Amino acid sequence: MLGKLSWSDIPIDVPILVGTFAGAAIAGLAVLGLITYYGKWGYLWKEWFTSVDHKRLGVMYIVLALVALFRGFADAIMMRSQLALAYAGNPGYLPPHHYDQIFSAHGTIMIFFMAMAFMTGLMNVIVPLQIGARDVAFPFLNSLSFWMTTISFVLINVSLFIGEFSQCGWLAYPPLSEQQFSPGVGVDYYIWAVQLSGVGTLLTGVNFFTTIVKMRAPGMTYMKMPVFTWTIFCTSVLIMLSFPILTVALGLLGLDRYLGMHFFTNDGGGNQMLYLSVIWGWGHPEVYILVLPAFGAFSEITQTFSRKPLFGYNTMVYATCSIMVLSMVVWLHHFFTMGAGANVNTFFGVMTMIIAIPTGVKIFNWLFTMYKGRVEFHATMYWVIGFMITFTIGGMTGVMLAIPAADFVLHNSLFVIAHFHNVIIGGVYFGYVAAMNFWFPKAFGFKLNEAWGKRAFWLWFVGFYFAFMPLYVLGFEGMTRRMNHYDNPEWYPWLLVAEAGAVMIALGIVCQLTQLYVSIRDRNLAENRDLTGDPWNARTLEWSTSSPPPFYNFAVVPAVHDLDAFAHNKEAGIDTRAAGSNYQPIHMPKNTAAGFSIGVFSLILGFAAVWWIWWLAAVGLIGVIATVIARSSNNDVDYYVPASEVARIENEHTRNLLAAQAAE
Amino acid sequence: MKKKILPRLSSLLCLSSAFLLAGCDWALFDPKGTVGAQEKSLILTSTYAMLLVVVPVIVLTLLFAWQYRHSNTSAEYLPKWSHSNKIEVVIWVVPSLIILFLAVLTYQTCHSLDPYRPLEEEANVKPIHVEVVALDWKWLFIYPDEGIATVNQLAFPVNTPVDFRITSDAVMNSFFIPQLGSQIYAMAGMQTQLHLVANTAGNYLGESANFSGRGFSDMRFRALALSNDDYAAWVQKVKAASEQLDNSNYSKLAAPSEANPVEYFSHAEPGLFDQIVAKYNNGMVMDKSTGKMLHVQSAMSDMNMKE
Repeated sequence: MLGKLSWSDIPIDVPILVGTFAGAAIAGLAVLGLITYYGKWGYLWKEWFTSVDHKRLGVMYIVLALVALFRGFADAIMMRSQLALAYAGNPGYLPPHHYDQIFSAHGTIMIFFMAMAFMTGLMNVIVPLQIGARDVAFPFLNSLSFWMTTISFVLINVSLFIGEFSQCGWLAYPPLSEQQFSPGVGVDYYIWAVQLSGVGTLLTGVNFFTTIVKMRAPGMTYMKMPVFTWTIFCTSVLIMLSFPILTVALGLLGLDRYLGMHFFTNDGGGNQMLYLSVIWGWGHPEVYILVLPAFGAFSEITQTFSRKPLFGYNTMVYATCSIMVLSMVVWLHHFFTMGAGANVNTFFGVMTMIIAIPTGVKIFNWLFTMYKGRVEFHATMYWVIGFMITFTIGGMTGVMLAIPAADFVLHNSLFVIAHFHNVIIGGVYFGYVAAMNFWFPKAFGFKLNEAWGKRAFWLWFVGFYFAFMPLYVLGFEGMTRRMNHYDNPEWYPWLLVAEAGAVMIALGIVCQLTQLYVSIRDRNLAENRDLTGDPWNARTLEWSTSSPPPFYNFAVVPAVHDLDAFAHNKEAGIDTRAAGSNYQPIHMPKNTAAGFSIGVFSLILGFAAVWWIWWLAAVGLIGVIATVIARSSNNDVDYYVPASEVARIENEHTRNLLAAQAAE
Repeated sequence: MKKKILPRLSSLLCLSSAFLLAGCDWALFDPKGTVGAQEKSLILTSTYAMLLVVVPVIVLTLLFAWQYRHSNTSAEYLPKWSHSNKIEVVIWVVPSLIILFLAVLTYQTCHSLDPYRPLEEEANVKPIHVEVVALDWKWLFIYPDEGIATVNQLAFPVNTPVDFRITSDAVMNSFFIPQLGSQIYAMAGMQTQLHLVANTAGNYLGESANFSGRGFSDMRFRALALSNDDYAAWVQKVKAASEQLDNSNYSKLAAPSEANPVEYFSHAEPGLFDQIVAKYNNGMVMDKSTGKMLHVQSAMSDMNMKE
């Protein structure tokens, strides 16, 4: 009846997990209680859970990303603390069974549910506004994507309290991840969570590719597209190219585990290197899927706060596109040490370091954007400058790893860990946080507190160097990754320094939460409110509408004449909003619960499949199919906003604008 | 402003090279064999080449941000300026030249440091052959020429190339002695090769560089680089051990164990390594010197085979 599931799978004997469960349960009940107390269930359901509005979905993605950051960081600091303790015979407080789950979950959660969700949230909030569109091409699919991502994150967290998570690292290399060596349900949780979230990501890629190709405002040719939109365009292409590869890789691993096939097993003709090749065929483009949007955000922020247009726009576009292409032909650099021939290694090594050229060009472009500008040290700019310094170092160590003969001694050491955290924290995370600070007033109509933003930056920035520079040294000292304990006295002091860095980063996260709290508390203060819709005197179309934008984004679809359309219009005295014109009714999609429903049934399917509860899996699958059929046969999916309603909303914004101008 | 930059820049350069050179007691910067020594100099050369662009970028970032800060109204402000062919040429060409240099270096070192390539420097010395089997969670070393085997202890004479053939009889691991140089994966059903040499006698850390499960952290061994006499004595010591390794007790050794102590086997069954590789390939194993497939007959051929 319950497949493999039994009472013994509930880890009541692990105090850390029981404590976590108690904490999560209390916090969860508190949140649910508060929602009930304030009677917000209907509001949440109608305005958020069933919403197909890209801005709402974007906000929910970012909330998900912040929750995932919390979980992923809790894993991180537990690992650091274990290694600060587990020296010279001290086993630390995390036995391998638990520790191995933690580093596997840390990587999986940070990549799939922190970084990917954050990135998807940002592109949801910004891209349609930036190209002058009223929504994405497929609003319902957008909602479905969000729910698939969310339930996958739920499934991973279920593994904390029911059963176990994978103990095979974030990419679950076989044969370790095969049934023979990992007979538990951990790898199955991993496979199902990543597969289900992969559905969401792939649909997002299709959705934004179509949106950018088909829904740009009239006059916005490709070479007039804002750089952020360009990066999302390239990211969407990479998602469409690479996520199917991930699906196949994990699908085949699943067939090995569930049906006893031999794709990647030691015996029966399986080949583990095939898995490495396939999973990295996805895994390397994935890095650029994450970092390209951060580059886009840095470009927008740098030009806005340098008070001049981006230096070398064309170069920036070409650099972005060449990174997109090159990222597909470098995957083998993740396993130079498998014993491939010298020429194969040379090819992949050289292709990898060629990526450094367009990336370097980008850095120079940001530099020369500041050059002869008027750089405002807004909190957002701190993250940009911190990024430029940190990412340059990360890029350098990346090229070192790209040289196969150097990789032979650096591979799988803590040097690699230091390198990819250097680019993912210094590039991806700094970029996303900068973007969140930058576009927050657009989404909510008030600014984030700057003082707390700067505190968060300094703690993250300094904390990063303390946490990860020692890891470079440890790599040079021959310490390999994923160790649970060690007895080398030379490693110990560096691991203590790294632990101190992790504590600083923890304080940085506290500052970020404080920043959110303070900003929400003070949202009605005059200096925090954004009545104009353009708080930074920015250059692109998203700033031409109100903050937060009306649900239809633009009452009149703007006409684009130049790159940086809004800056151009402001100078030329063109009213991008065409205020007071004769508004037309606006065609909009209706909210739907279908995405939520498919998500919940997918969660049931995933959970049941992990535990081999086949009748329940059938319930989940039938639920998904039934929802799809019901949704497909529903023709009542759209409506028109009457012109009078548009006029009412627009006139109100015009009054706000005039009041703001009068106040100046 | 400019006057201040130069000393700042040079002090930064000193700092970073000090950072790299100060690490002379770090394993990778304290290599004990030619392979490791070449890899050390490769790491340093490539780092210096990249610092040529990395240091200016970091300095310029800080300089531009400060020089063109909003409050500095005396600085030139060009609110429309966003393109310069001269600058664009420089920012594409300079990184390209550095990468060109590194690409040539990559091609050369990929070939000269190819782990499969016998070491030329020591061509006049007869190499030692060692067959390495990664097990859950220990390392088995078979000396086919001596007919002996050890667990978690590897010994070889200094200044003598060691030719490793590496496989796994469990999950994937990576065979790595940081102070001697390159690592290479150990994979079941496959054989990889590695050539290393130690030029200084010593007792070096050996480890697995690829996570392999519960006992991974204790999957360490010592690599003893001994003088010729000490090595001969070490072989005699192993030959005097009471344990022998053959098909009957191999499976007991191969069963998972954590923090396995050092073990000596005075006799190792001939062809054991080939049998371990072959059992995952329907009894076939490739002779790496001729490239021919050989059929290995043994009691082990059917072990672990799922039909």
